Amino acid sequence: MRYEMRFSGSGGQGVILASVIVAEAAVAAGLEAVQSQSYGPEARGGMCKAETVLSREQIWFSKVTKPDFLLALTQQSLDKYAQVLADRAVVMIDDGLTVPQGLDKKQVLALPILATARDKVGKLMTANIVAVGAVNRALGLFDEQALREGVRRHIPAGTEELNWKALDEGAALVTEQQAAAFARSLD
Amino acid sequence: MKSKRVLMQGNEACVEGAIAAGMRFYAGYPITPSTEIAERCALRLPEVGGRFIQMEDELASMAAVLGASTAGVKAMTATSGPGFSLKQENIGYGCLAEIPCVIVDVQRSGPSTGLPTSPSQGDYMQARWGTHGDHPVIALSPSSVRETYRLIIRAFNLSEKYRTPVIFLMDEIVGHMREGVALPAPRDLIINKRHISYHDGANKQCYAVPEGEFVPAMKPFGQGERYNITGLAHDVSGFPTNNTDIAGALYTRLMEKIDRNLDDIVRVEEYKLDDADTAVVCFGGTARAVMSAVLEARAAGMKVGMFRPITVWPFPAAHLRARLPGLKRILMVEHNYGQMLLEVQRVAAERVPVGFLGRWDGTVIPPEDILQKLREMEGSAHAE
Repeated sequence: MRYEMRFSGSGGQGVILASVIVAEAAVAAGLEAVQSQSYGPEARGGMCKAETVLSREQIWFSKVTKPDFLLALTQQSLDKYAQVLADRAVVMIDDGLTVPQGLDKKQVLALPILATARDKVGKLMTANIVAVGAVNRALGLFDEQALREGVRRHIPAGTEELNWKALDEGAALVTEQQAAAFARSLD
Repeated sequence: MKSKRVLMQGNEACVEGAIAAGMRFYAGYPITPSTEIAERCALRLPEVGGRFIQMEDELASMAAVLGASTAGVKAMTATSGPGFSLKQENIGYGCLAEIPCVIVDVQRSGPSTGLPTSPSQGDYMQARWGTHGDHPVIALSPSSVRETYRLIIRAFNLSEKYRTPVIFLMDEIVGHMREGVALPAPRDLIINKRHISYHDGANKQCYAVPEGEFVPAMKPFGQGERYNITGLAHDVSGFPTNNTDIAGALYTRLMEKIDRNLDDIVRVEEYKLDDADTAVVCFGGTARAVMSAVLEARAAGMKVGMFRPITVWPFPAAHLRARLPGLKRILMVEHNYGQMLLEVQRVAAERVPVGFLGRWDGTVIPPEDILQKLREMEGSAHAE
């Protein structure tokens, strides 16, 4: 089965890296993964989206057209990308955002991603890693080892402990009931 | 034996493949969406004893690449459409002086600065006709990260074999895409070494072509033998000539070294064409959506196949012509206003109708649009 994931936010929030890490973890877990992104010419700010397609089979078309999962870290990206979703899509948002009309709140997992990065992990820039930890717990995608391998390949040496903390704090945001409700199988 | 699978970007695979091919000099000026190529070269070349230099602009980058290659080092540069335009004059110099090198163009949208981060295939014709005058061109275009690694090696091999600049025509789709790849072991790769000639006696005939060869062997500059290289028409000594017989023979040889070796140079991927009544023609990153569409069309009982030039210049005319008798229609799909379409129409002539699905707004053609176009074409054929 083809599983389409879209990560969106503002340039500089690290949503591209989040989608790369999920793809990296998928490869470490023996899955097929294709990752791509689109962004404006600005280095910071501006709407940014990144996409990861997962499958157990070869992936041809590399882009996401109807995401099964959407992460939105800004209102602008939520309002835009919530408009096109697959049936039963899971939408993970920062809890500071307003759920747009037309989006079923049962699909939405609103978590304090930015606040957790800033206050509990101690660095706002880890918000993308917090999100990756939450995404993995909510969807039940990869085992801990594959996920950490995905993160490890993309962080500067010496920042491991900070990033493991961000992953753990992100995972802790998702309750067991939520994880049971949102778990997705790639079969 | 294959190495462990890793997640790699198309631009990164381009660098790793080039290094495997023996590339040890890179000069460039960074530009989206090719910048990761310069970044990785800056990191990797010092590790393998190579040199990376960021030049002041694209013109100088191309000149530096020609210089490095002349000195005996396999050399590469990478850019996108705007920079590709700037490199064209020196690419022509490379064609005439027969200096092997590889120019990577990761295409982006629009003329001028356009949409810098958006995909396009609008440089297809620039790859063929970007520099002036009749000149030989080999251009290769990959459609996956895995293929990028292997095909850039082939780009270097062809460049050395035919002593000509080779255009590696990537697009933003493949350049910025990451996929899991297992890189082949070095012993599974075929790497052409440069044909080097150190001694030709007192004749100094550095451009004399040995019997049975297409091109002269190269003499690395700075290694003992003095000779002349010029962008002017030249005789076998490398010095300029106004003799039109000599110039004509040179120009003809430059074209024929490619035209007479198409079997060696041209590669295509043909998928499910044997029983197909419809061929979808595409190249580069567009093939990803086309493959998805072809598989879906097949699942729906439609007899559709894919014809994908891997060597995009020279255009694989003979391969496509051989498929015409079985075809009722051809659909050209590309991310431009209709460039390879012109080649397909030329080959199909009046024998097979050619439909077109293009896009030039910076977005990507999805498989659904291709399927819909296929259904329209089939439907209108039934209505007739």
